[in-house]
Amino acid sequence: MARRYTSDLGWADVTPKQLFLNRRQLIAGSGAMIGAGLAGSVAQAQGDLEPNSWEDITTYNNFYEFGTRKEDPARFAHMMTTQPWSIVIDGMVDNPGTYSFEQIVEGMTIEERIYRFRCVEAWSMVIPWNGFELADLLARVGVQEGARYVAFETAFRPDEMPGVRLPVLDWPYREGLRLDEAMHPLTIMATGVYGETMPNQNGAPIRLVVPWKYGFKSIKSIVRITLTDTEPYASWNAAQPDEYGFYSNVNPNVDHPRWSQATERRIGGGLFAGRIPTLMFNGYEQEVASLYEGMDLSVSF
Amino acid sequence: MKAWTFRSRSKVMANPIGATLIQRSNTVLRRVPAWLLYILGAGWAVWLFWLAATGGLGVEPIEALEHRYGKLALQLIVIGLAITPLRRWSGLNLMPFRRAVGVTAFFYVMAHLLVWAVLDVQTLSAIWADIVKRPYVTIGMAGFVLLLPLAITSNDLAVRQLGAARWRLIHKLAYPAAILGALHYIWLSKGLQIEPLAYFLAIIGLLGLRIRARRPRVAPQ
Repeated sequence: MARRYTSDLGWADVTPKQLFLNRRQLIAGSGAMIGAGLAGSVAQAQGDLEPNSWEDITTYNNFYEFGTRKEDPARFAHMMTTQPWSIVIDGMVDNPGTYSFEQIVEGMTIEERIYRFRCVEAWSMVIPWNGFELADLLARVGVQEGARYVAFETAFRPDEMPGVRLPVLDWPYREGLRLDEAMHPLTIMATGVYGETMPNQNGAPIRLVVPWKYGFKSIKSIVRITLTDTEPYASWNAAQPDEYGFYSNVNPNVDHPRWSQATERRIGGGLFAGRIPTLMFNGYEQEVASLYEGMDLSVSF
Repeated sequence: MKAWTFRSRSKVMANPIGATLIQRSNTVLRRVPAWLLYILGAGWAVWLFWLAATGGLGVEPIEALEHRYGKLALQLIVIGLAITPLRRWSGLNLMPFRRAVGVTAFFYVMAHLLVWAVLDVQTLSAIWADIVKRPYVTIGMAGFVLLLPLAITSNDLAVRQLGAARWRLIHKLAYPAAILGALHYIWLSKGLQIEPLAYFLAIIGLLGLRIRARRPRVAPQ
């Protein structure tokens, strides 16, 4: 079932990591606002296809288990042990059990997927993920008839995660998808970025990526996957149900109660880059709109 | 340089060590010109802007600069509110700097607002929509509006023209403005976060000290 989706963002669009670093130095070197402004407009002229730099992707993260500031994950996530790693797969599956990371990845087709990534906080990036389709993993463990949802759980390790000492959320972090969303070819389990092993702050060693939903749905550092017939607990949805829906599909027409979702700030544009319009389903409308046919997206947000 | 030290020592020798320290600090502080604060405040704001423009504030400089200015404003507001209780309870006299602290706080509120409006939201219609529709922006804006008369009357001429009593009344607007500023920070945060709550509690605490201090003292029966 692999290779069911080909991105319109290709490797030709990717600027090599080293070049990105050089460009940053250039911008920093020219110093003046003019330099940053020019770089911003060049990026805009090239369209929104340019993936973010390694630095953007690995220093600006939401991973509240390591603290609520954007720089906290980059600073503290190294404390998390990612080897060995195992995932419990249970619930309505034919082959429940505890699978090691190696067992899970073995035989999977690792693909490069360059996806837009849109945070509910109205910022975005373009990220070249490496991973396999979740559908392939589900096929291997055998989804039983009657299963309608997939629940996910992040590791909870007070000794390795300074952020969980505070009750910011009801730990462990949990998320869920409808089974058809989980089986969709766009939905991947990512194990790397830019061809490198997944950095801890980005959800090592294995995380979900659902590119048409707000970033918090793409749960990190997964230790449990459960197939169920009822809508699973989702951390942000449970914490503030009026602000974060179970679906949380990217939708420029449905505002967050506290801020507009019509536009977003692309990370890496510098101090003088403007906002860009947010696309319906984060630009994947063609691929996923049919999943929600007949649903009122302002109610099931 | 030593002259003042000797003079003050002879006067305070008999006092406890804490009081000596505070008296000495007060003597030193009297020699620090308040305009130094304005220079430091403005210089720091320019330095932060430079850092943001050249990548020194991380990969999301707009948000970083917006938050740095906003948080500095809150910190200065807390310091400003602490000056009177500090003098009352410890004797440390920072009164000569209160106006400079207040005006610098206002300057940072303004910088915070400008980064938000000019670099972040950018279009007038969207700015207005945010102010009307987003409660945390609304109360932040309300706090700014409350600070305007304070900023305008932060000069000796205004004190003379208004009279001390009326001037002091106007400047009590700093209290609701401070509370609105702290609420603004709590409201925009995702989930239950410690830092915004800490500012809120500090401000409430400093305002609470004033209420206690003003209550008439009743002699024990």
